[in-house]
Amino acid sequence: MKALHLIVHQVRAEDRAFRRNPTAAFFTFTFPLLFLVLVAGAPDLGGLDGTRFYVPAIATFSVVNACFTAVAMNVALARDHGVLKRVHGTPMPMWTWLVARMVHSTIVAGALVVIVIAVGALLLQVPLPLTGVPVLVVAVILGAACCCALGLAVAGIIPNAAAAPAVVNAIALPLYVVSDVFVQLDAGSPLAAIGSLFPVAHLARLLHVAWTPDLAGFDIVDLLWLVGWGVAGLLLAVRTFRWEPRT
Amino acid sequence: MTHPRSSIADPVIRVRGLRKVYGDVEAVRGIDLDVARGEVFALLGPNGAGKTTTLEILEGYRVRTGGDVSVLGVDPARRDPGFLARIGICLQATGIERYLTVREVLELYAGYYPRPRPVSELLDTVELQDAAGTLVRRLSGGQRRRLDLALALAGDPELLYLDEPTTGFDPEARRGAWDLVRSFRGAGRTVILTTHQMDEAEALADRIGVMVDGRIVALGTAGEIVGGRATGTHIRWRTSRASVDGPMAASEPSTLAGSLVQHEPDGGRSLRTDDPSRALHELTGWAMTQGVVLDDLRVGRATLEDAYLELVAAHGRDVSSDAP
Ligand SMILES: Nc1ncnc2c1ncn2[C@@H]1O[C@H](COP(=O)(O)OP(=O)(O)OP(=O)(O)O)[C@@H](O)[C@H]1O
Ligand SMILES: [Mg+2]
Repeated sequence: MKALHLIVHQVRAEDRAFRRNPTAAFFTFTFPLLFLVLVAGAPDLGGLDGTRFYVPAIATFSVVNACFTAVAMNVALARDHGVLKRVHGTPMPMWTWLVARMVHSTIVAGALVVIVIAVGALLLQVPLPLTGVPVLVVAVILGAACCCALGLAVAGIIPNAAAAPAVVNAIALPLYVVSDVFVQLDAGSPLAAIGSLFPVAHLARLLHVAWTPDLAGFDIVDLLWLVGWGVAGLLLAVRTFRWEPRT
Repeated sequence: MTHPRSSIADPVIRVRGLRKVYGDVEAVRGIDLDVARGEVFALLGPNGAGKTTTLEILEGYRVRTGGDVSVLGVDPARRDPGFLARIGICLQATGIERYLTVREVLELYAGYYPRPRPVSELLDTVELQDAAGTLVRRLSGGQRRRLDLALALAGDPELLYLDEPTTGFDPEARRGAWDLVRSFRGAGRTVILTTHQMDEAEALADRIGVMVDGRIVALGTAGEIVGGRATGTHIRWRTSRASVDGPMAASEPSTLAGSLVQHEPDGGRSLRTDDPSRALHELTGWAMTQGVVLDDLRVGRATLEDAYLELVAAHGRDVSSDAP
């Protein structure tokens, strides 16, 4: 109960700071929406219905960006700027701070997915994924949690704040390419096979499925991949976590 | 080495044989220290002496390599939340959430403690009322440091750690911080601080420990530290050539009353003597006959700074790296 109270307290402060930070707001909110509006201008990408492809694709991108990228960068920066050290000197347990950070990212990811769906429906006439709502909700929550855990694990291996964007992008960008986020791959292609080893592809698949009327292609294994990577991320994070900058 | 008064009944901080090694750096090489309840204790020492390391071990941040440590009756390395709620820490350098206002940061950190002090009271204590609505990233260096102090007080601690708390303060803010420490102590609570400013140590500390190269080389009140070492009377002066025609340097005395005249880096001269009357007589006699003006002539007891520099020179490996 006390821990829950502390987490809420911390999430609220986190949210205030997030709203005031122009870089965070831009990269997390504006960037995916800009991306969506831009690709909507090129509807016949590779002969596919580009717009319908890109709404779930950008929803996936939003979740990974708001959770994996943001948590990895934010924790690495908080460590290098000494915020984690200060927190470590108070009675509030460090895990409370970290959970709050992840909860906030998950909330942001959820809000973004809703906005992407709304923009898709209002501006681009992409139908709402009505039958897919349960799949969507479960996939976004599990996907967000998985990405947060992996972001935390990666934060620990980022050597310093200056290297953070390079390390995070070096991991995230290739994953977007092989995971049906930037482009749709042929199902049997080697890139798709590589992508299917990582969580982003499974999250993307679940979200694409949510938009199909009969949920054709839904596979619970995709959810298990997210859970598996999430647990692996947490175990790794416990090993890599540091409250102090590397000297 | 024997430490006068290193044993105190029922100390708040008790350290025996503390050692800390980082890789191949021996930062702390066996120190013994007791700090009594209600005391203000100051650690002095050149850069790299191990002051911050010692404090961080006592705060529970670092695991010691050897020795026994007890703070408020517990081992800080166990990082018990109950212990952390009873201490307040002002680190030498650390960050604060940049996109929150002063008031919001105080509310955030006060919320971490079981019995926090009211935020308005914290703002008053460090005189940041006018900056309460300012974002942390827009604060001046001195204002940020005051916020650091307020954050250290947020949980209403009974033991306060201050690592160079007044670095970057203007003289008025420094007095304010001194008043803060005095009133904190007045409430029967304990402070351990580090500083590079001798006047700060003299103004605040009941006892001082001088740390050089990982060891405490002197421990006691300012008077005890000065008394045992830099003895005698210090005479300091500058010579002005304004009224001198002939070459003054040739006739300048190299000793007065049998003591050697020291040339200070800033061009001044100084002398330590047990016979001040004779030394002054010789000095003024020379100045009169040569028509030399003695600028800024000062006569006084040896200061804490004199004793400190002497201790560092005697125990340190490299005094020139001491740049406060
Ligand atoms: N995290 C660390 N890892 C490795 N070495 C360290 C670390 N922290 C301090 N040291 C080394 O330990 C020694 C003591 O450092 P410490 O910071 O305790 O000195 P200090 O007395 O506080 O100095 P200052 O007056 O400059 O603050 C130094 O040689 C320093 O380089
Ligand atoms: Mg220090």
